Amino acid sequence: MSTLEIKDLHVSIETEQGTKEILKGVSLTIRTGETHAIMGPNGSGKSTLASTIAGHPRYNVTSGSITLDGEDVLAMSVDERARAGVFLAMQYPVEVPGVSMTNFLRTAKTAIDGEAPKLRTWTKDVKAAMQKLRIDADFTQRNVNEGFSGGEKKRVEILQLELFKPKFAVLDETDSGLDVDALKVVSEGVNRAHAEGNMGTLLITHYTRILRYIKPEFVHVFVDGQVVEEGGPELADRLEEEGYDRYAKGAGAATISAADAAVQG
Amino acid sequence: MTAETVTEKARIGAPSIAGFTEEGEGLVAAKVDHGHNHGVTVMSSRAERLTSFNVADFPLPTGREEEWRFSPVRGLANLLSDTATDLDPAPAADFTVDAPEGYVRTPLAAGSAPRGTVLVPADRAAAVASANTEEALHVVIPADAEPAEPLRILVHGRGAGHRSNAHYVLEAGANSRSVVILEHTGAADHNGNLEVIVGEGAKLTVISVQLWEDDAKHLAQHDAQVGKDAVYKHIAVSLGGSIVRLNSNVRFSGEGAEAELLGLYFADAGQHLEHRSFVDHNVANCKSNVLYKGALQGKDAHTVWVGDVLIQKQALGTDSYEKNQNLILTDGCRADSVPNLEIETGLIEGAGHASSTGRFDDEHLFYLMARGIPEDVARRLVVRGFLNEIIQKINVPALEERLTEAVERELAASEN
Repeated sequence: MSTLEIKDLHVSIETEQGTKEILKGVSLTIRTGETHAIMGPNGSGKSTLASTIAGHPRYNVTSGSITLDGEDVLAMSVDERARAGVFLAMQYPVEVPGVSMTNFLRTAKTAIDGEAPKLRTWTKDVKAAMQKLRIDADFTQRNVNEGFSGGEKKRVEILQLELFKPKFAVLDETDSGLDVDALKVVSEGVNRAHAEGNMGTLLITHYTRILRYIKPEFVHVFVDGQVVEEGGPELADRLEEEGYDRYAKGAGAATISAADAAVQG
Repeated sequence: MTAETVTEKARIGAPSIAGFTEEGEGLVAAKVDHGHNHGVTVMSSRAERLTSFNVADFPLPTGREEEWRFSPVRGLANLLSDTATDLDPAPAADFTVDAPEGYVRTPLAAGSAPRGTVLVPADRAAAVASANTEEALHVVIPADAEPAEPLRILVHGRGAGHRSNAHYVLEAGANSRSVVILEHTGAADHNGNLEVIVGEGAKLTVISVQLWEDDAKHLAQHDAQVGKDAVYKHIAVSLGGSIVRLNSNVRFSGEGAEAELLGLYFADAGQHLEHRSFVDHNVANCKSNVLYKGALQGKDAHTVWVGDVLIQKQALGTDSYEKNQNLILTDGCRADSVPNLEIETGLIEGAGHASSTGRFDDEHLFYLMARGIPEDVARRLVVRGFLNEIIQKINVPALEERLTEAVERELAASEN
């Protein structure tokens, strides 16, 4: 059992207009076996949270903490975080020229496990995982993400998730740009990884449709760099019906609770 | 391509790429794929370029000339002057030839065939090399011979700034199979001409390796004539030297011939590595493939590739392709890449060209590191993978290994 704990996280970026605070005190705790959905409108800071967990250099943590089983994640380099068991399925996977998928997957697996995988079983595992995600066999010969369609890139992200077996998976808008068939295939991949029982998932999404295939126990609504409402799966259903409009900009959590009370009352 | 699509002489040129730097998000590699810009550049045919044995026909370049416009001509004064090889206190370069008994013939004076039958100097450097080499090395691989080991010509410069001229004539007899390695180490101001005659049905690979020390300068013209059904492969590998400019040219003397011109270069801070290739499809039904790949790192690392392909009117059934790819590892580098394709007949199998220059940027690094791969491994992974496409075509395991190690050293140097 592992715990990824985010406490009062404040994150800013440098822009031409100066420093801009994007996350304004985010707290979240995810445990092995749990699936948390973070939902929110565009620009609310969801992806910033994902990139900050992975250690993208663009994002400066000004205060707060992220720990993995008590270890300070913020003190780790990007590769150390991955080796500690944090995996980010990126919203825009990067094309890496000159590196074949085969070489990349094996090198990453070796780095994460601290030893090279046994060649025969590894090749078999890769092949099987690719088949399940309906990725063509010739992808292994191609360069990482180079010339892949948006949907293919997302499948390859989930392929890595299944092969690297992280303790925590952060899925940054993995559903965006996917058609229904691809969405199902990708969701099945996440569910398979989850079913192995050693992973916690943080699912970041704008839309509710992926939640038909991946069922979160916890839903957090993100607005303007803060969690403004939390609840169970029923919260996602409500968002599907009502959208994000009721979290008008500037509205604090307290106001919303009051509004909720009025509606329910 | 069919007669309908190309019926007139067309020059397909593309301007050099400038400014790879990407600001802001920088999520994607800077990539320029040249389209076919018919008629963008107006210039005479490549076939009309002056060739001559007379040094005086080539005035000292100013850097404004088409064939010198990318080169640091000011740094080339010694190489472009009509001077003999420095012999005092010792010759500027040592030459060692490693070939089976009887392959090395009596040296050839200027004007004694086959010297001068294939290579006629196309620029001042080649003309001064030719004029200042009284005795050209003459190596003949006999017909049907298949030497077990590669032949080697080792050129070792004895010190920077010392002028060295050379001319080698290499003949591959009919149906022979051989590999010749021309290797450059040490330092000198070296002008080297290589003249290659590939006999009917022969297979010859020439690998020119530039492992010079940092202060060497090297200008070279390598011309080959490929006979009927013969296969010629020329691989230029340039890692060392402050200025290297190597022109690899090929034409055909019989149908059914194939030429492959390959190159690999890795430029560090301040290094100028220039490769020019010219495939003259002067005979029908021949194939050519040109692929040069380069990596650049450090301030003012500069690489140039100019790839000319001319498909003459009579060269029906030609199949040609040329491509240049560059990988920019740091800021401050410049890669010029100019494919030129001239087609005088439409009755050909194919004629294509491509050029792309990608940046190895922080997003690549982030992606690989986010998969647990340490930074140094990530960098090596990218560069090694990129350059390996050329290295694996060398087919001389010991040399492949040496070059892989040399590339690793280049990379290691960047991390310090």
